[in-house]
Amino acid sequence: MDMLKVSVWRGAASGEYRSYEVPRQESQSVLDVVTYIQRSIDPTLSYRFACRVGMCGACAMTVNGVARWTCRTHVAKVAKNNTLQIAPLANLPVIKDLVTDMREFFDKWARARGQFVSGAGTTRKDDFARVAADSPERVAANAGIECIGCGVCYASCDVVSWNPDYLGPAALNRAWTLVNDVRDGARAERLAAVAGDAGCHACHTHLDCSERCPKNIAPTASIAGLKRAVMLAALKGEL
Amino acid sequence: MSAEIQVPAGAPAHAASARFETWLWIAQRASAVVLALCVLVHLVTIIYAVRHGLTGAAILGRTRGNTAALAFYALYVLAIAVHAPIGLRTLCQEWLGWRAASLNWLIGALALALFVFGLRAGWAVFLG
Ligand code: SF4
Ligand code: SF4
Ligand code: FES
Repeated sequence: MDMLKVSVWRGAASGEYRSYEVPRQESQSVLDVVTYIQRSIDPTLSYRFACRVGMCGACAMTVNGVARWTCRTHVAKVAKNNTLQIAPLANLPVIKDLVTDMREFFDKWARARGQFVSGAGTTRKDDFARVAADSPERVAANAGIECIGCGVCYASCDVVSWNPDYLGPAALNRAWTLVNDVRDGARAERLAAVAGDAGCHACHTHLDCSERCPKNIAPTASIAGLKRAVMLAALKGEL
Repeated sequence: MSAEIQVPAGAPAHAASARFETWLWIAQRASAVVLALCVLVHLVTIIYAVRHGLTGAAILGRTRGNTAALAFYALYVLAIAVHAPIGLRTLCQEWLGWRAASLNWLIGALALALFVFGLRAGWAVFLG
């Protein structure tokens, strides 16, 4: 039987790669490989997943040096000479083995005012807001709304590694979808939260996030949109 | 429903200066546009001078008392004095992790020095 040589990060911030041999199978995903190691070789291996179908965003890891969602990454696509190196996501503290601490990542969504805030004077008795599907705001929001919070973009962004305060592509993308939500009532506050050198102005337009996002979202474009919106707000004296 | 948003603690203090950072960003983009134009004019002028074998004296002869040239170089120097220090500030922040207020003073001083020395050179050429 064909065997895969897999080296997997074991430990936390300090640790080592350990090698495992995993039977190669047809249509095998990287998550299948990790699961095989845990179920059949070493039950102490820690990793995270939930949906296995690319919806939850829990399974992201660094595979041969690149951040990927492992449940939908075929071994055939990434293995070189039947070898795989699997590590936790970069730019996040490692809890154990392949499990990272995502708190800072999601706290940054909150810091970027990633929550929807209903407009002043609205009540739950109001009728549904009607947003035309082809309005420019709706189209802009659509482009970023399918984010699954996997952290692949965040792990791929150099600016995050240089500036730990940088809100990062996912949080800024989230803010941009809300800036385009015509029902939203916290625009000024949100634009102020995403401005500055921890926010959209720190982005170097490297495009790594957009290149790597498994959902084909382009956070770079969202961040460019934020820069425009923040600039207009500053020029109008609303920032 | 209240419009209060729960924001986790730990938001960086320097994010409070959103307006200042945004204006720096706008200033840098705007000065970049001016610079693109100025550099082009400057280069074309140099190439023209070299191609026509103009001597230093001949060049000074043309710039002496030339208010258009003085105004152009004053604008050029201003754009440089705005653009370069802001870029250097970002470099210091990202590469050296230097984010203290002292950085803003240093950058401000650099901007002033660039402006003064640049303008002095322009003025000297104007006087010939
Ligand atoms: S485009 Fe911006 S957010 Fe995306 S990876 Fe590059 S620097 Fe980071
Ligand atoms: S933007 Fe893409 S890469 Fe980033 S968290 Fe969302 S789905 Fe993942
Ligand atoms: S396990 Fe849910 S996205 Fe991979």
